[in-house]
Amino acid sequence: MNDTLIKVEGVSKKFCRSLKRSLWYGMRDLGNELIGRRHSRDGELRRDEFWAVKDVSFELKRGECLGLIGRNGAGKTTLLRMLNGLIKPDSGSIEMRGRVGALIALGAGFNPILTGRENIYVNASVIGVSKEEIEEKIKAIVDFAEIGDFIDMPVQNYSSGMTVRLGFSIATLLQPDILILDEVLAVGDAAFRYKCYRHMDQLLKNSAVIFVSHDMPNIGRISSSTLLLSKGEIAFLGDTLDGIEAYRELNNDPLSSNHDKIVTTYPPVKDVSIVGLPNEQQFSSKFSAEIIIDSEAHVGHCTLRFNVTDLSGNYVASCVVNSDEYNIKINRGKNHWRIGFSSLPLKADRYMLRATFTDSRGAIIALWHNGHQIRVTGGHLGIVSNCQLDLCSWNTL
Amino acid sequence: MRPTDPDSALPVTRYTADSRLQHPVQMIRDMFRDLAAGRELAWRLAVRDIRAQYRQAFLGLLWIFILPLANTLTWIFLSGSGIVNVAETDLPYPVYVFTGTMLWAIFMEALNAPLQQTNAAKSMLAKLNFPREALIVSGIYQTLFSAAIKIILLIGALLLLGIIPGWSILLFPLGILSLVLVGTAIGLMLTPVGILYTDIGRGLPLVMQFLMYVTPVVFPMPKEGLAATLFTLNPLSPLILTTRDWLTGLPPDFLDYFIAVNLIAFLLLLVVWIIYRLAMPILIERMSA
Repeated sequence: MNDTLIKVEGVSKKFCRSLKRSLWYGMRDLGNELIGRRHSRDGELRRDEFWAVKDVSFELKRGECLGLIGRNGAGKTTLLRMLNGLIKPDSGSIEMRGRVGALIALGAGFNPILTGRENIYVNASVIGVSKEEIEEKIKAIVDFAEIGDFIDMPVQNYSSGMTVRLGFSIATLLQPDILILDEVLAVGDAAFRYKCYRHMDQLLKNSAVIFVSHDMPNIGRISSSTLLLSKGEIAFLGDTLDGIEAYRELNNDPLSSNHDKIVTTYPPVKDVSIVGLPNEQQFSSKFSAEIIIDSEAHVGHCTLRFNVTDLSGNYVASCVVNSDEYNIKINRGKNHWRIGFSSLPLKADRYMLRATFTDSRGAIIALWHNGHQIRVTGGHLGIVSNCQLDLCSWNTL
Repeated sequence: MRPTDPDSALPVTRYTADSRLQHPVQMIRDMFRDLAAGRELAWRLAVRDIRAQYRQAFLGLLWIFILPLANTLTWIFLSGSGIVNVAETDLPYPVYVFTGTMLWAIFMEALNAPLQQTNAAKSMLAKLNFPREALIVSGIYQTLFSAAIKIILLIGALLLLGIIPGWSILLFPLGILSLVLVGTAIGLMLTPVGILYTDIGRGLPLVMQFLMYVTPVVFPMPKEGLAATLFTLNPLSPLILTTRDWLTGLPPDFLDYFIAVNLIAFLLLLVVWIIYRLAMPILIERMSA
């Protein structure tokens, strides 16, 4: 049971921005196809064309799940449509072994005027399932989709959630060898989604699954590897954890230029710096930093606000402490302190740190913003909240 | 691979940039496999389309022959009042024009079906990989259904008008089938380009209107002149004439020509079927891009 079911080698696809020209290229491609020539020559771009998918290769074995991630327009759906044989690659080759169940885009592949039941028969006959096998499974499909009497209603009267339910039930309960799911679960309600994920776990024992989603925790939970597409090209292929990180960084890229370091001081403070911070930090372990404040005069007690923000600037963790609790004062000259934290209980991602100092009357005397970027690691990929709890014991009583 | 491996029995599908014409044997095998796999879908689509088509119309199935009937009455009026001078026909003119327009309507339906069906299924084509042949077969089913209703009416009308069809009526279904065959072949030929450019869909009625007048539908075969050449060259003439002759019990004059046209149409259908298959992925890419 270790065979490769999907083999994609150097697949590329180009699209055209202009409709008129696109139609004309379509005619020419058609002509080439009919005289037996290669589809759209050997991959030069014609005017107004761009690579929707470029040079993508991967393999998937039975029992593996590939999480396909990337921003909108990265070429995910185009890749899936090629895998499903709806459109031809412009270069490269795709090999699919076995029955393919695919759910591409909403309302996927249903004929709106046929009833749900008729669509089940049609879809099943399309992927080569015998009539007896459908009869056997139709009840399970209807039950799983939880659409009850609606099964004998035309699909055009279904809500989008119902359509997805039915689509998912058909695609998965007919036990395909390869299952292709394109962002479809986003529509279903939470209860159905969890049911689907549970079902996918079972299905994964016998199938190869390609799964597109923007829901990183679920990608993290289900996928055995991820493929990150960016502008049609592979930006990352491999371990899920790293793939999700790469995706986050890709998302954050345009923003990171905004993270200018801001260091400002107000008299009598002359200078502030924070050093010795780790670049990488396991979420549950201790870390520390050194603060150096240079002041022209005695200030006395101060208040430290230490904040952690995500890369979009949202506050995700903070602490506010009065220095008198620690018997610390700002004296004239150089003040050199070390502060320690017991953990940084955030989900794995990159964060920015900022510190603000105010004097005993509340006036700001020093700002140190976005001075350091820290990467938190560890914890489970399935974490959905920003803060992750550090479970320290689980004992049998 | 070990021979005991259960996976080795799995069907393998390959998609590459190469034209599928380079593996003709595989392609032809796929064509017939898909044709068989698409029957179920074709049948369901046809039943649904027929129901949906007439459910929303008050006159329902009557629409199948209202148009040819109106056409017939127009021509009976035009010729009877002397506005248009129609040459002598072997049959009474009303019978001639009624059978002609009915047969022509069947042909037109067969001709329009492939493009219509494919256009209507665009959204399905873009999302689901199903045998594309099902659309064509579904169109043929629908054409045959409405042809059957027309024929019943046609035979009823003939009996009323005092024309008793002879034994040759047993051959008449062959004539209908060949009308559908030729119509489907030509319609399917136009479909790939028609999907990309709507010009085909718009221009077709114009061309067909002209073709109807150079086919013995409302006019009998002219004996001489340019018109005679046009009528004779028109491959639709023997189809309409032979089918009409079989229906009304007259001896068919153009049987050889009729058979030749059918053979050519059959070959054309095979060729355009291949073209249609090859074109589909390219068209789908353009229609949803």
